[in-house]
Amino acid sequence: MAYGESGEAGRVSKRNCLVTNDWICGEYVRSRSQELTDATVQHIGITAASVAIGVAVALPLALLARRWRFLAAPILGVTTVLYSIPSLAMFSLLLPLFGLSVSLVITGLVLYSLTILVRNILAGLRAVPEEAREAARGMGYGPVRLLWEVELPLALPALLAGVRITTVSTVALTTVGAIVDYGGLGTLILDGLDTQFKAQVLTASVLCVLLALAADLLLLALQYWLTPWTRARRIRTGRSARTADAAPGVGKVAEPV
Amino acid sequence: MNAISGAYDWLTTSANWQGEKGVWHRLAEHLYFSGVCLAVACVVALPVALLLGHIGKGGALAVNISNVGRAVPTLAVLILLTLTPLGEHGDVPTLIALVLFAVPPLLTNAYVGMREVDRAVVEAARGMGMSGRQVFARVELPLAYPLVMTGVRSAAVQVVATATLAAMAGEGGLGRIITAGFNLQNTPQVVAGAFLVAVLALVVEGVLVLLGRVFDPMRGRSRVSG
Repeated sequence: MAYGESGEAGRVSKRNCLVTNDWICGEYVRSRSQELTDATVQHIGITAASVAIGVAVALPLALLARRWRFLAAPILGVTTVLYSIPSLAMFSLLLPLFGLSVSLVITGLVLYSLTILVRNILAGLRAVPEEAREAARGMGYGPVRLLWEVELPLALPALLAGVRITTVSTVALTTVGAIVDYGGLGTLILDGLDTQFKAQVLTASVLCVLLALAADLLLLALQYWLTPWTRARRIRTGRSARTADAAPGVGKVAEPV
Repeated sequence: MNAISGAYDWLTTSANWQGEKGVWHRLAEHLYFSGVCLAVACVVALPVALLLGHIGKGGALAVNISNVGRAVPTLAVLILLTLTPLGEHGDVPTLIALVLFAVPPLLTNAYVGMREVDRAVVEAARGMGMSGRQVFARVELPLAYPLVMTGVRSAAVQVVATATLAAMAGEGGLGRIITAGFNLQNTPQVVAGAFLVAVLALVVEGVLVLLGRVFDPMRGRSRVSG
């Protein structure tokens, strides 16, 4: 019987907060949990795909810019210009190429991510101490093995710092994908405006911020786990945790290896 | 290719530039929103950031506020504000959102700019008998100027982008040409609108770079590298 009662109470409160269009509505979260989950999953999928592709594109670009100095200025210039283009315009300019599809949103987000990723990877690679390179060469490392086993691990803190910044802003920017119906939680936010549904807008917005926060913490944990040597250094010198985030600090962080 | 020639046709049709829904009117709205909000944000954020930088306090706030700003979706804030009672006052939600998103880059860059001024130079100025105010106006401010201007440029880019998104929340501005194009399933109009917005953003940034150079207090002199 108690079960039935709580069900009854639930229906009453549902009537109340959904009808009065409250900002906070527990019944909304309960009754639309599937919709919210689907939107969140789409949001995470779009963000993860964009950042992953972004890293996969940024890495060769950074290597090119490092290998041939004359390419560095155009690569950094173009990615910076892309960053200045407003998100709605970026997605709209891609419309003729991709139509109303999820690829449109992901491509736009990848283009945005390149600015910070290329910059950070390049800074990380340039900060690799020449002695480390010399030592590896002396041990008979070829260029590929040098890159893979020495340079990339040393550039990892800078790369991951870039990935963190990019991921957080990508989570926020994904909402704009709502214009083509692939905005994850943004689609719920935009729908909520049309129907004046306050609970939907607030819940989706809060979820979006929480998602950005969770992604940031997750990447911070990943960074902590993948780069134990930066930790040892930090404890020894009493450096603040923030120096690992700034690309210029990478050179100092990388020294002991 | 079709969409590009379509967009070209759209842009060269003079009817699309006239009237309340025309490009000129939308551009005027866009510039009005962006200009007013950037000015308000500068007036609010710059004095605070420069003062904090001068006395060297509040660094955590000034630096973290742009991380927070990055995590909050612009679209969500625009729509949330539109649904509050403020939404009944026309442009008010948009103007508030624009100011909110212009503040973080201004605050962070101006603060960092002030803090990165070479301490030795500041000490030398003090040793020459300059007062705190003189150090601020004659030493710190001119040396921090490039980063302050970087902040103004980022804020301007942010404001122009946010003003575009305001169209999705039902406001005016050039973004309206894009959203109207989506509603009409008119791809050429979407592309034409996006082209105009992109050009506007790049022009605004270019103009600010030029203005920054013209008003550089250290123009023609070399900055001591920190």
